[in-house]
Amino acid sequence: MKALSRIYNTLIFLFLYAPIAVLILFSFNDSKSRVVWNGFSLKWYEQLFGNELIMESLKVTLLVAVLSALIATVIGTMAAVGIHGMNRKLKKVFLTVNNIPVNNPEIVTGVSLMLLFVGAISFMNHTFGTHFKMGFGTLLIAHITFNIPYVILQVMPKLRQMDEHLYEAALDLGCHPVSAFFKVILPEISSGVFTGLLMAFTLSLDDFVISLCTAGSGAQTLSVTIYSMIRRRVTPEVNAVSTLLFGSVLILLILVNVMQIYSENKLKKEQRRAGVR
Amino acid sequence: MEKKPIINLKDISLSFDGEKVLEGLNLSICDGEFVTLLGPSGCGKTTTLRIIGGFLTPDSGDVFFGANRVNDLPPYKRPVNTIFQRYALFPHLNVYDNVAFGMRVQKKKKAEIAKTVERMLEMVNLKGFEKRTVSTLSGGQQQRVAIARALANDPKVLLLDEPLAALDLKLRKDMQNELKNMQKSLGITFIYVTHDQEEALSMSDTVVVMDGGEIQQIGSPLDIYNEPVNAFVADFIGESNILDGVMLSDYKVKFFGRVFDCLDAGFEKDEPVDVVIRPEDINIVPAGNGLTGTVTSVTFKGVHYETIVDFYGFKWLIQTTEYHPVGEVIGIVLDPDDIHIMHKSRYSGMFGDYSSYSEEFDEMNDPTIDLVDDEADAAGEAD
Repeated sequence: MKALSRIYNTLIFLFLYAPIAVLILFSFNDSKSRVVWNGFSLKWYEQLFGNELIMESLKVTLLVAVLSALIATVIGTMAAVGIHGMNRKLKKVFLTVNNIPVNNPEIVTGVSLMLLFVGAISFMNHTFGTHFKMGFGTLLIAHITFNIPYVILQVMPKLRQMDEHLYEAALDLGCHPVSAFFKVILPEISSGVFTGLLMAFTLSLDDFVISLCTAGSGAQTLSVTIYSMIRRRVTPEVNAVSTLLFGSVLILLILVNVMQIYSENKLKKEQRRAGVR
Repeated sequence: MEKKPIINLKDISLSFDGEKVLEGLNLSICDGEFVTLLGPSGCGKTTTLRIIGGFLTPDSGDVFFGANRVNDLPPYKRPVNTIFQRYALFPHLNVYDNVAFGMRVQKKKKAEIAKTVERMLEMVNLKGFEKRTVSTLSGGQQQRVAIARALANDPKVLLLDEPLAALDLKLRKDMQNELKNMQKSLGITFIYVTHDQEEALSMSDTVVVMDGGEIQQIGSPLDIYNEPVNAFVADFIGESNILDGVMLSDYKVKFFGRVFDCLDAGFEKDEPVDVVIRPEDINIVPAGNGLTGTVTSVTFKGVHYETIVDFYGFKWLIQTTEYHPVGEVIGIVLDPDDIHIMHKSRYSGMFGDYSSYSEEFDEMNDPTIDLVDDEADAAGEAD
């Protein structure tokens, strides 16, 4: 029985990670072949960093990811605090509305945003004589939009766990409501805000469908570029860029986990020293 | 002692979702007084405290601090500080930073803050705890930090919302004394909310008994206990046997078909009244003297026995140090000062009959046993 479950586990991990391992391995291959190993080389990485199209779209991707994550975190946190303060009925309505884009198929979000942008831009260009077009701006707005619900979902539980009187206690001790938020509420929910930020960042990095719909011709994210590259012919450059993406996300994840474990241990140690169960 | 009103509530009403929580509440609190708002859950006592603290705005009526109307003054501009039921200490700050919080908001000098924090922590016996995180403190210690944090701001009035409810009995008694001593030595006004009548009686200068969003009685602990104004107060403060009677004339009351002397006057002739007799005031004598009844249940309570006696179908609670077994026929004698007369009220007939008395029922009404469900208990009590 035990052997069986071990084999089953091994198979699952094999299916999950073998393709990635192969992808990483062949990013270091000294030939174009994706089947035969010809020796170690970094030439695909060299080519990658020389490829202007990829570097440009990497820049766009990172910029969009950072900006959209930051902006969505600010808006999402404010929204969560607002929703938290609502009465029960209203809260339920808003949380349900918040969940719709999360469960919605991405293609629907993407197409609807594209239609909105096309409509809005043509309206503005007609009425005000401007020369807007789809590009980095619309891409950024789209990413912020789909990131906000995830930030709210990360922050809400932290607000719910918080002692409801903390905010009142801060006011009671003379804090203006705004400074009460920064001095008392934000430190309490900071872990939720931080995971929201990271989640928004990775979701934005990861996104393909919505980016394809909303970027227009003005800007291209990495995923869109890779997609157009593999439509023609897959070169090991794609392996190299995927390896880099995988590696950075992995490091990010490990970092978060280590941080969490560290802070939990610290609290436990302190409590043990103080003799509190 | 000069009595200067520091807080005045004038005709305060408040509803939540169409449900009246406070109705026409008038209350005047004097400087340096220890005032307790006492009542069952849902009586509006915490709501009243939150209105004074500025966390709630009344639908109608005015709140005065001294001569100033403060209805629209936000909490952070009011010269009061609150101690919350679950302490509401800031978990991300250590003990020192918690106590220093209010003074830092007011941008006081560093040296002054350090001095005050030291003084406060000394007062609450927490010297040496400065660097500890609040999550590593016990409930009693957290309570002390909350007190130090509030008093460090030098408030004119301290609001306490059931501050001892989460502590165990022994610690609660100690903290009662400490709080009372602190209030006396600091000379500031304490407004204290509790549902524990014993706590209210032992700590307060003035007790405000509330029920159903209205004040039932305001008075000193002694007045409240000895001269309750209606059946609710008589029953909520201690135990009471409450009987129907008729006031024949001044100092003469008739119940159980007999006429008794009493100390109350000023009622109309033949006015129906509620008669209160405290269980510890009743003297048991051999059968044949005074009223005669049969013992139906005895419970040992440590200091005394709680004896239920059936008099002509009406059951009385008597607290006595003598043991009388079930089935014994006894007599009782009432002195004039054992009898207290009250006007009839909407609470008449709801309290003071021990026919349904049992241990279980008593425990259900004991507020110290559970804090979460006592809302339901209070509702049950009012039925």
